[in-house]
Order: sequence, then structure tokens, then C-alpha cells
Amino acid sequence: MPVTTSIRRFSYALAFLLAFVCAATVIAAESSLGANVGANLRSDPWIRPEQAPAPAENLPTSARVVLGQMLFFDPRLSRKANMSCASCHNPALGWSDGLPTATGFDMKTLARATPTIINTAFNPIQMWDGRKSTLEDQALGPIEAGGEMNMPLPELVARLKTIHGYAAKFEDAYPGQGISEVTVARAIASFERTVLSTESPFDRWRMGDEKAVDDSAKRGFELFTGKANCAICHSGYNFTDNGFHNIGVKNTDPANPDVGRFAQKPLKSMRGAFKTPTLRDIGLTGPYMRNGCYTTLMEVVEHYDRGGDDKDNLSINVVPLHLTAQEKTDLVAFMQSLTGAPRLVNVPALPH
Amino acid sequence: MYSQYFPLLRAALAAVIVAWSMPAHADTHAVSQAKKAFAVGVLKAKVGDTVVFRNDDEFAHNVFSLSDAQSFDLGSYKKGEERTVKLTAPGTIEVECAIHPEMKMKIEVQK
Repeated sequence: MPVTTSIRRFSYALAFLLAFVCAATVIAAESSLGANVGANLRSDPWIRPEQAPAPAENLPTSARVVLGQMLFFDPRLSRKANMSCASCHNPALGWSDGLPTATGFDMKTLARATPTIINTAFNPIQMWDGRKSTLEDQALGPIEAGGEMNMPLPELVARLKTIHGYAAKFEDAYPGQGISEVTVARAIASFERTVLSTESPFDRWRMGDEKAVDDSAKRGFELFTGKANCAICHSGYNFTDNGFHNIGVKNTDPANPDVGRFAQKPLKSMRGAFKTPTLRDIGLTGPYMRNGCYTTLMEVVEHYDRGGDDKDNLSINVVPLHLTAQEKTDLVAFMQSLTGAPRLVNVPALPH
Repeated sequence: MYSQYFPLLRAALAAVIVAWSMPAHADTHAVSQAKKAFAVGVLKAKVGDTVVFRNDDEFAHNVFSLSDAQSFDLGSYKKGEERTVKLTAPGTIEVECAIHPEMKMKIEVQK
């Protein structure tokens, strides 16, 4: 082999080796950067965890989620077999119903708005008045409530046992436990733990994409956490403190006001107080407030700007804000940035 | 022969009895509410003591107890304000903030 050829080959090999080392260094650096970004995201209080927490006795499995999804969409869980969980918590309407207040048993209009179930799996307390603490407890509440699905739980269990296809599904999900109130609740809760918000423009902005939201939304976030005082209650990645506040919403029926949390905790400050709802996917979940009295987010901002309407037992957190027209627009732009692309959901075929 | 000491002994005995029956010195316990938490998980105190709750958050807090040992509702109050409760009976008092139900603490009250 000529010497010049050997030298050429050696230089090619050296160049290749150098290129490999450089590439490996870049890849390692990017991996390291990726890990750092991930760590930063996890520590960002405004970015939600990837998965919802679940109790040790009901860890999610695909069989449990599949069964829970069937039960969630099955109208036979109601007394007249004409209402499912999804009748009010409709995925096509932000997992709510698009109505000011819910429609219950025999088409009766109820007193409170249907809360979205998006991200409710992160909440340690459930319902507008906090009367349920876990998703499993919550799942059975509307089924047996006389004004809602109005289905006595023993009757529900008996009915499900007559539907041939369910036995195998329950066995797959909860081996040896059969069809019971407990397994029905656990399956529905397992499905609800998958109903999570999707990545929103706000999230992309927090992750470093400066173009994900416009300047108005950025100013809105500053106001939200500052002058407008919103974040003292709508705090953290789920935009709720899981607390109870009387924010001065006008009662639909002033002669018979909704006492809210007071029914659970008979304390003065809880009269007319309701749980802070999430603002995730807020663009999908109107009308707003516990009695659906506002159809737009601007109306909500105006409400807080004037310091509420009904001053009886008003939270001391609620005071007039004196926002400018631009500031109100910015707040609305920010809240709209919390809405991600609606999650596609398959409506399951139900067993017979 | 020691009869001259009897009045002195009687006085000393009376002093012991009075001292024994007097309540121990009452203490004041300060408990901060900050970052949506009580600063103390379990507070040990005695009957007659006073607990002062101070709101060190930027928003309203409340303090209440519906315990059998002692129930009270100190209302809602802003940052920098305080609310006080005197402990009147022995037992365990479960204290919460009604506004933020995750805020909980206990007061173990001795006689």
C-alpha cells in the first residue's frame, strides 16, 4: 500500500472519529438539556403533572379505564335508563353541558351548573360544595341523587348484573370482586382520571415558546398573578386552591339563596361559598360561575372588577379592581390561552 | 412543747394548699398561617393557655374547630391580622381553615 494512501486513510479515519466524538458530545448535551428542561417543567407550579394521582387500592389499568368509560356513557345507570354521566359531563361540551344550570331527573332544571370533570382527578375535594372527597365517592353521588340520575345503588348493581356483557368486563378490571357499588365507583373514577386537559398555548409559552401566546395574554398573566388578584384562589397548574369562597354572585332565586359550602360546614364564612373551579380549558366550559350566570369571560372579569354583586357575606378577598379596558381584554386573552385542543374520545359500544 | 409552732405550720400548710389549687401559669402560643399551612402540625398546650393565630399569607384565612373538646369559629381575616382563642377544656381539638380545607392542625390540651 502506498504511503500516501495510508496517510489519506488515516486522516479519513481521524476525521470520522472526530466527527463521531463531536456528534456524541452534541447528543449528550441535548439529552442533558432535555433532562434539565423536564426537571424545570416538573418544578413549574403552572405546569400540570403528566398523570393524575390514584389511590393504592384503585391503581389504573386499561381494563379499569375501558370499563369505566362504558359505565360513564351508559344511560342504564339512571333510573329511567335515559341519562348517563356523559349527559351532563359531555365531552363535546368541555365535559360539561353548555347550560347555565344542569338538567336532572325528568328534565328538571337544577340549581347549580354542571362542573367540568377535566382535571378533577387532581382535586382532593369534589363537588361545588365539597361534599365528596374522592373521585370514587363522587362517582356514585349523581347516580343516586334523587334530582339527578335517581338510581338506588342496590337497584343499579342488580341491573348491571342482568346485562350479560358486563360480568366479563368487571372480572377483567377487578378480578374476583364482582359487580358492586365499590367496583362501579372505582371503574368510573379510573376513567375520570384519564380526563385531563391537553397542552394549551399557555403551557407552550411556559415551556419556552415565546410565540405560543400573544402579548395581550402575557400581560393578562401578569395581571392574573398581580393587580387582578385572581391567582390567590385560582392558583397552581389546575388554577384552583380547592378552597371555598363567597365571590358575590347574584342568587338566581334571592328568596331561596344557595348556601353552598355552609350546608357541609355550618360556619359563617361558608354561607354562599363555593369551591374554586379550574380554569383549564375555560374556553370550552361556559357558561360560567356556579349558577351559569355569565356567558362570556369578559362578563366574569367585569364581575370581579366591580367587586362582586351580592355583598352579603362576601369574601374579604373580593374587592373592586379598577381595571382598564385594556387590562380586562388582556385577562380574557390570558384565560383563553388556557384552552387546549379538545381531547378526542371514543364513545364505546355498550354490552347487552 | 411545740405548740408555739402550730400557727406557723397551719400557715405553711394553707400556703401549700392554695398554691396547689392555683392554675399553672398560662402560656400564649403563636401559630402562623403561611403558604396555606399552619406552622405547627400538633400543638401541646394546657387548659387556660391562649393560642394566637396570625395570617401571614396574602389572602384571607379562617380558623375553626367543630371538635367535641372545644368548638369555635374565629371568622375570616386578612394578612397581618390575628385571632385568639383561649383553651377551656382538656382533649384534642382539630383545627381547620374553612376556606382552605387542606389546612389542618391539632391542639392537644392537657388539664
